[in-house]
Amino acid sequence: MYSTVVYKEIRWHGRGGQGAVTSAELFAAAAVRDGFYAVSIPFFGAERRGAHVVAFNRISDTRVYVRSSIKNPDFVVVLDSKLLGLEHDKKRIFSGLKKESVLVVNADKEVAESLGWRNVACVNATEIALKNRLVLAGIPLTNTAMLGALAKVFGEISLKSFEEAVKAKWSGRRAEVNLMALREGYSGVRWI
Amino acid sequence: MRLVLTGNYAAAYAAKAAKVEVVSAYPITPQTQVVEKLSEFIERGEMNARYIRVESEHSAMAACIGAAMAGARVFTATSAHGLIYMSEMLWWAAGARLPIVMGVITRAMAPPWSIWSDHCDLLSLRDIGWIIYFCENAQEVFDTIIQAYKVAENEEVLLPAMVGWDAFQTSHTAEPVDVLSPDEVSKYLPPRRPLPYVIDFERPFTHGSLCYPDRYMEFRYLMDLSMSKAKKAIVEADEEYGDLFGRKYGGVLEKYLCEDAEIAVVTMGVLSGDARYAVDILRKEGYKVGLVRLRVVRPFPSSELKKELKSKKLVCVIDRNISIGRGGILGTEIKALLKNSSANVVNVVAGIGGRDVSYEDIVNIVKRSLDLVEKGEVPEYMWYGIDKEYVVKAVGEYYEPPAL
Repeated sequence: MYSTVVYKEIRWHGRGGQGAVTSAELFAAAAVRDGFYAVSIPFFGAERRGAHVVAFNRISDTRVYVRSSIKNPDFVVVLDSKLLGLEHDKKRIFSGLKKESVLVVNADKEVAESLGWRNVACVNATEIALKNRLVLAGIPLTNTAMLGALAKVFGEISLKSFEEAVKAKWSGRRAEVNLMALREGYSGVRWI
Repeated sequence: MRLVLTGNYAAAYAAKAAKVEVVSAYPITPQTQVVEKLSEFIERGEMNARYIRVESEHSAMAACIGAAMAGARVFTATSAHGLIYMSEMLWWAAGARLPIVMGVITRAMAPPWSIWSDHCDLLSLRDIGWIIYFCENAQEVFDTIIQAYKVAENEEVLLPAMVGWDAFQTSHTAEPVDVLSPDEVSKYLPPRRPLPYVIDFERPFTHGSLCYPDRYMEFRYLMDLSMSKAKKAIVEADEEYGDLFGRKYGGVLEKYLCEDAEIAVVTMGVLSGDARYAVDILRKEGYKVGLVRLRVVRPFPSSELKKELKSKKLVCVIDRNISIGRGGILGTEIKALLKNSSANVVNVVAGIGGRDVSYEDIVNIVKRSLDLVEKGEVPEYMWYGIDKEYVVKAVGEYYEPPAL
């Protein structure tokens, strides 16, 4: 029975160019390294930088066949806190949340507190990205810092597997700065 | 080797594992990753193949035809407008009996512009003499492309093959894929044998010249004959693959919980994953439901479907396509097969233009279909998920295809 398969669902929100889709892929790659079955499903909208981009992960101990979009995520990761300030985007971010769902946001404590959600973890991923010069076409690449933050909050996958997934994706200096961002996101994330 | 790959990357790895010698393609969303990865393999020397760059899909298929006629193993991939733009060349490839394999990442046709999946692009070319496979996920994309070469190059078949998968939900979804190396695959798929249809300067021949009415029909008959033999080749290729590598897909049809089922859900492509889950949910509620997933559309699995479906109380065919003015394409074909049986076929058009079809939707579809059968009000076909308010606002009425 496929429906007895228990899985956790993650929804990523970012802007085109920030790397939400890449983060979801790295999350799946790390999970698989630790023996989980995981998929990453991107949803592309307008093919341009700055547009609201959504990506999904499903993760389980056994194979998952379901591929429809995620409506009731266990974790929601927000790569750009400004999305939370826009009514339409905020609505998408909060849609389908369950009582126990966790929000992991790229924001300072103050902004995170103002969200009024019971389970919020935050880290200033923009600062981490800028510090590590992870910027492309003027957009801070907050994805690996937020991946680190989710890694800590999710808690079931080793940091080592995330590091290996990053190293498999990039090499040289790009790998280095992304590893730094990953680790800083991991150690810097705080529960509200 | 287990890698986390998108459906598109799985396709590129499959072409590499099949030792493809020539790739010619033109990029189009959502296919682009396939040829990006292949050009990367070729550039790095990981794949001993030639990449022929072209200015359009029409030329891409022309280049594939030339290379295949010279005896090479050839791969290409496209989507939607690219597929339709190359459609004239697709007839030439089939008529020349060239075992080209092509990935078709299904995408809705414009206008209005869309990049998301439905199967109208691929199914509009179902009658031209290409074998048509359709996959559910990235692992199956990898396995099927390799199987497709085995079938297309079979001397009793010699027809080109399209392997379809859904835009984004399969093409860009990354999942664990067990990848075989070229060496492992060579045990299953030997190098392509130069067959009588290969260009040889020592033995020149004329190809594709004028054929009078006293002969043309035999050419089409022979294609039809080969297509009928393709079915056995498809089943055998799947069996042999399973014996060697441990994965098989039931040949032309994959079945789930069908043995005692009174209701059969028929699907194709990525939404079959949610359909499996929906079958479980309905089973728990006491409905005797099973799933039949079409893995092959051409040759059409007529006898296999008829055997499986003829004594069901309800056959619910979910089509991610619409033949405007006729209904779902698979539903139409299956109704024709079952016309003298007691099975009630409800044909549901859903998921057009990338509209999400979740397991909750499929549970709803089955319950509504059952209700229509019990009331004796089965329509010719029905649309699922239309925003009626929007339609009424636009044109003042909502149209429901009537019961027959």
